[in-house]
Amino acid sequence: MTPFLVAFALMIVTPLVYSMYLSLFRNQLMGGTTFAGFANYVTAFTDPKLWDGVGRVGLFLVVQVPIMLGIALIAALAIDSGRLHGKSFFRVALFLPYAVPGVVAVLMWGFMYDDRLGLTGSVNDLVGFPLIDPYTKQWILTAIGNIVTWEFVGYNMLILYAALKTVPLEIYEAAAIDGANQFRIVRSIKIPAVRGALVIATIFSILGSFQLFNEPTILKQIEPALISTYYTPNIYAYNLSFVGNQVSYAATVAIVMGLVTAVVAYVVQLRGTRREI
Amino acid sequence: MAGYSYHRPRKSITLTVLLGALLIYSILPLTWMLFSVTKTQPELLSSFGLWFSGDFAFFDNVGDVLTHDDGVFLKWFANTLVYVVVGAGGATVLATAAGYGLAKYRFRGRNAVFAVILGAIAVPGTALAVPTFLLFSQWGLTNTMWAVILPSLVSPFGLYLMWVFSAEAVPTEILEAARVDGSGEWRTFFTISLRLLAPGIVTVALFAIVATWNNYFLPLIMLNDPDLYPLVLGLYQWLADASGIGAQPVFNLVITGSFLTIVPIVVVFLVLQRYWQSGLNAGSVKA
Repeated sequence: MTPFLVAFALMIVTPLVYSMYLSLFRNQLMGGTTFAGFANYVTAFTDPKLWDGVGRVGLFLVVQVPIMLGIALIAALAIDSGRLHGKSFFRVALFLPYAVPGVVAVLMWGFMYDDRLGLTGSVNDLVGFPLIDPYTKQWILTAIGNIVTWEFVGYNMLILYAALKTVPLEIYEAAAIDGANQFRIVRSIKIPAVRGALVIATIFSILGSFQLFNEPTILKQIEPALISTYYTPNIYAYNLSFVGNQVSYAATVAIVMGLVTAVVAYVVQLRGTRREI
Repeated sequence: MAGYSYHRPRKSITLTVLLGALLIYSILPLTWMLFSVTKTQPELLSSFGLWFSGDFAFFDNVGDVLTHDDGVFLKWFANTLVYVVVGAGGATVLATAAGYGLAKYRFRGRNAVFAVILGAIAVPGTALAVPTFLLFSQWGLTNTMWAVILPSLVSPFGLYLMWVFSAEAVPTEILEAARVDGSGEWRTFFTISLRLLAPGIVTVALFAIVATWNNYFLPLIMLNDPDLYPLVLGLYQWLADASGIGAQPVFNLVITGSFLTIVPIVVVFLVLQRYWQSGLNAGSVKA
C-alpha cells in the first residue's frame, strides 16, 4: 500500500502541482523567468493555434468515437449472441491489434496509405483514377481516425463483451418465455446491461482523442507537409516546450487541455448515468 | 418458442459474414506486413502489397535488421526487456499490493485514497509529461533508464482492476479463518490470496507489459541517447532516417524491424489469453 502511494505522489501528484506552479510564470529570451500571474491563461484562451487544435480533436472525437464504439458494440453483441461460427477465434483476432505498438500500427497504415509502397496505389490503378489519396488535407484526419479505430475497436469490444457476460442466463430465458424476439432482447436487456461499460469506454475514448499525439507525429515523418506544429493541442504543447523553450506556456496549455477534458468527461458521465434512472 | 433455446442458439451465416468483414479489417495490415517482410527494398516499392514478389528475402531482411548500425536493434531489444521487466513488473507488484490492501483492510482515509486514485485515471498522461521531464532534469534523471522506468511504475488503472478483483475473488471469511488459525498476514497472502488473485494479476501484468512495450511518448521526451532507446523509438528513428530528404531508403529495415517488434508481444498475448479473459470478466462484475 505505502510504496504505491509514495510512487503515486512522486509520479502523478508532484508533476501536477509543479505544472500549476510553472504556468504562473513567463519565459523570455531576455530577462529570464518572471512571475506572470494568470497572464498565460489569458494568452491561452485567445490563442488561435491552440483552439485550432482543440477544434480538430473535437471534430475527431465527435466522428471517430461513435463509429468506433458502434462497431465495438455490434461486434460484442454478435459474439455474445452465440450465433457465430468460431466465436473465440473472433474474440482473440479482433483484440489482437491492441497488442500492436502504436508506432508499428502507424507505420503499417502509413505505408499502406502510400501511393508507391502501399495499397492505395493498387486500388487507384484498379479504378483508373485517384479514388483515395489519404495524404491530402481533406483526407488526413480520416486516415488518422482509421488508424485509431483499428487499434482500439477490439479493446472496446472486449470491455463491452465482458459487461454482457454478467447478465444471468435466466433473464434471457424469462424474456424468451414472454415472447420477446432477438431485437427486443437486445434493446431491453443487453443495451441497458452495457450502459455502464459504454460510459466508461466513452470516457476513455474522449481522453484518448484529446491526447492525440502519436499517430499524427509519426505520420508527419512520412508526409511532413500535412501536419502542422499545432495540429493537436498535445503536439502544440510538445513543440512549445521542447522546440520553443516556452515551458511555462506549455504547462498552461496542458492544464487548459486537462480542464477541457475533465469537463467533457464529466458531462458524458452525468448524461450517461442520468439516463439510467 | 419453436425449439429455440438460449443454451444452443442456431448459428447465423449472416452474422458470421458480417463479423468476418471486421476480422479482415483487423488483420489486413498484419497480412500486408507478413508479405512485405519477404521483399527486397525495390520489390517493396513496385509490387502488389498482398502477395509475394521477387526473391524470398525474409532472412536477408532479418540479417540486415540485426546487423544494421553495429547491431543497435539488439541493444534496443535488450533495453525494451529491461523497461518491461522492471517497469511493468514493478507496476504489477505495486498495483497488486495496493489493490489488495484497499480491498481487504479498513483504515482511515480509505475512501479518500480511492477517490484520488480514480481521479488520477482521468488525468491525461501527456499533461504530466512536460512537468515530469522538468522535474527529472532537475534531479539529473533524464537520459537515464530510470526516466522511463519510474513513471511506468504507477498504474492507477491496474490498481483499480486489482481492487475490484480482490474484493470479488478473495472471500473475507477465508482470511478470518486463517487469522484464527494463527497464520500471519504475509503468510496468508502468499499461501492463500496470491493463488486466488492469479487471473487478476496476469491481466494487470499483461496491460502493463503492453503499455511499456509500446511506450513511445515518454522515451521520446526523456531520452537523447540512441543506446537507451526502446524498440519503438528506434523504429521511429529509422523511419525518420528513411524518409528525410536525400536519405537512404531503408523501408525494408523499418518493416522487418516492426515485424520483429510485434512478434514477442503477440506471442505473450496469445499464451496468456486464457488468464486475461477470465481476469477481465471478473473485473467487469463491478465496473
